Amino acid sequence: MIITSRFFNRSELIGFVALALVLVVILPLSLDVFRLNLVAKYLTYAFVAIGLVLCWGYGGILSLGQGVFFGLGGYCMAMFLKLEASSVENTKIQSTPGIPDFMDWNQITALPLFWQPFHSLTFTVLAIILVPGLFALIIGTAMFKRRVGGTYFAIITQAVAAILTILIVGQQGYTGGINGMTDLRTLKGWDIRPDHAKIILYFFEVFLLFGCIFIAQFIRLTKLGRILVAMREQEDRVRFSGYSVANFKIFAFCMAAIFAAIGGAMFALNVGFMSPSFVGIVPSIEMVIYTAVGGRMSIFGAVWGALLVNFAKTGLSESFPQLWLFGLGALFIAVVLAFPNGLSGIWADYVQPRIDRLLALRKSKSGSPWAGNSVADGAPAE
Amino acid sequence: MSDEPNKGLQSPLRRKLLMGAAALPLVSILPRPSFGAGPATATVNTTGLAVTDTEVTVGILHSATGTMAISETGSIQAEKLAIEQINAAGGVLGRKIKFIQEDGASDWPTFAEKAKKLLVNDKVAAIMGCWTSASRKAVLPVVEQYNGMLYYPTFYEGLEQSKNVIYTGQEATQQILAGLNWIAKEKGAKSFFFIGSDYIWPRTSNKIARKHVENVLKGKVVGEEYYALGSTQFNSVINKIKLTKPDVIFTDVVGGSNVAFYKQLKAAGVDLSKQALLTISVTEDEIDGIGGENIAGAYACMKYFQSLDNANNKTFVPAFKKMWGEKTVIGDVTQAGYLGPWLWKLTCEKAGSFDVDKIAAASPGVEFKEAPEGYVRIHENHHLWSKTRVGRAKLDGQFELIFETADLIEPDPFPKGYQ
Repeated sequence: MIITSRFFNRSELIGFVALALVLVVILPLSLDVFRLNLVAKYLTYAFVAIGLVLCWGYGGILSLGQGVFFGLGGYCMAMFLKLEASSVENTKIQSTPGIPDFMDWNQITALPLFWQPFHSLTFTVLAIILVPGLFALIIGTAMFKRRVGGTYFAIITQAVAAILTILIVGQQGYTGGINGMTDLRTLKGWDIRPDHAKIILYFFEVFLLFGCIFIAQFIRLTKLGRILVAMREQEDRVRFSGYSVANFKIFAFCMAAIFAAIGGAMFALNVGFMSPSFVGIVPSIEMVIYTAVGGRMSIFGAVWGALLVNFAKTGLSESFPQLWLFGLGALFIAVVLAFPNGLSGIWADYVQPRIDRLLALRKSKSGSPWAGNSVADGAPAE
Repeated sequence: MSDEPNKGLQSPLRRKLLMGAAALPLVSILPRPSFGAGPATATVNTTGLAVTDTEVTVGILHSATGTMAISETGSIQAEKLAIEQINAAGGVLGRKIKFIQEDGASDWPTFAEKAKKLLVNDKVAAIMGCWTSASRKAVLPVVEQYNGMLYYPTFYEGLEQSKNVIYTGQEATQQILAGLNWIAKEKGAKSFFFIGSDYIWPRTSNKIARKHVENVLKGKVVGEEYYALGSTQFNSVINKIKLTKPDVIFTDVVGGSNVAFYKQLKAAGVDLSKQALLTISVTEDEIDGIGGENIAGAYACMKYFQSLDNANNKTFVPAFKKMWGEKTVIGDVTQAGYLGPWLWKLTCEKAGSFDVDKIAAASPGVEFKEAPEGYVRIHENHHLWSKTRVGRAKLDGQFELIFETADLIEPDPFPKGYQ
């Protein structure tokens, strides 16, 4: 087994530099704040997509319920922000001032117990990581220990997404129901709505995104990453070799959940909004589509996939308000038919060879310095 | 009739409107009216809105796709009709209205995103848009932050008032109280059974209705049940209705659930000509899906019915059908959508400006005498004075007007004693 000594091989380094250039330099310089804020929204899905690369692309666990974790992270953040926005002076028009407006509409007269800790930012940050993490641990343990996998697991994650949506919509006094939590204003007294705040939040998000990319890359490169791939290809052999397959799967699933939750929390901050429409089955499937379009084996591809699909969504819907859904559907079909490995497939098949040739011409006969392209980059088994 | 001013052909604006409507078919033949004769752009637009010497841009923001498209299409059509009529009659302050349509896609955050795009990128002077409470709640912080002007057409739960919104539909008390009074008197009703979809509008409406039934009408609410949006199983509640035998079934079930509810009600043998049913959520648009034979005999409490017999409506309905097809039906919210562009135009002319602050300040007192529903006036709280009407559903999907309040009802979004 070859483990590259470098953290990124050359092709990944190019990918990293290109992404960093686009996100840190090109987009902020070329877009106005409104569009940049939209990019920030798109990037929140990139967190989910990176998690799915780990869990689906490498671990072979297809989760159609990532919206659950995105939603849990987002709701934790939104609860903190909503409490801050619901100060007594902001809500004096209500029958019970000092509680979120939707509670007042639902005749709740005191802040429920489980809302109380969300007055603290420290607790909130911990909750964003731990609540979805623990939830994924419970689902994962319950499923993988019993060797439920494949399609059945995908169906169960869908069911969880549906249940959570119904729960949020039904308990509207505690969650804001179908309206969600709107009108989020400040973070520790810092107004998150004006333009300069949007720019700061954008860069903070890009910073976190690269953090997640590094973590995912690190997991991929360690022995753990190899076991995940081995598991995807031949689960029984890994089990017979003495590894606990279930534990590895649970780990990958939890990581994906935590990434999704970070994305959700950033969503609430950037958009100032959280609603059950990000929790259900449809958004969860959309998240899988981002990963598929980007190429499910590629961490960078996931980010590009999330950006491309969302750019297309916004662009098409602004140009053709009545017909845009058809255009988006056509785009998906085209990508899946023509490029089954997604954007990263296009890169690997068309762009990378040219770059290689160019470099090879310059450094003729110096051998192939990155011959040991990692095993994990192999084509999917299906 | 104390509040109703003397309507008639002597009003110059009415004549203008009629001429405009009559000229509609000719628009394609005649040279377009020339624009640009209005006051200088610098004086009517001091805040950088999308206003030129000949044009002013507004936004239309509704769901053209997704589950709400079926309801919101009527509003889009009505707003486009109003804009076309206003342009045919000379535009606003000498400028032609140009509109940018965005799709909210039945998704509340998309509404917020598109509202922001309209205000920040396109600098629209006003937005005609939103339908569900959820989409309005999503858009409200955006229009307040960027100081936009939203004309919101749907009847809604109240408990809201904003400088940046004109609510052209009725708030809950305007819609409900007079209807309950009427049915209590007419049918001697004492016991009520509430059925609603599970979200903020039905819950708030039923809360107000319950207080009114218990405190004012001295009646009793014998049941109150909620169903998730899109729910199609109503058999258990129909059984409860048959057991409790309420004098009145009061419903605020929305969207596609209505189809299942009324069909199952009929299948269970509940005869709406004997069992009184008062709904605040079924308009001509919904009956299109439910089928007239399934709901005939039910009472609906609205401010507008397509069948209203007044001169304004008799010009409005044919104009609407001419533009959108003979088969289209016009419901309460569609009519309220039609009011938006007109009220905005009248307010701009009163204020002599497109500036949002000036429009917000000039809105109270603006009256629209050519409204298909009769006559409306904007209240200080940015809602409309309007009448409450009760209609009985007929087999052909239209309503027969049974009752209307004598006076306009004052909008009261924060009703004392009902919270």
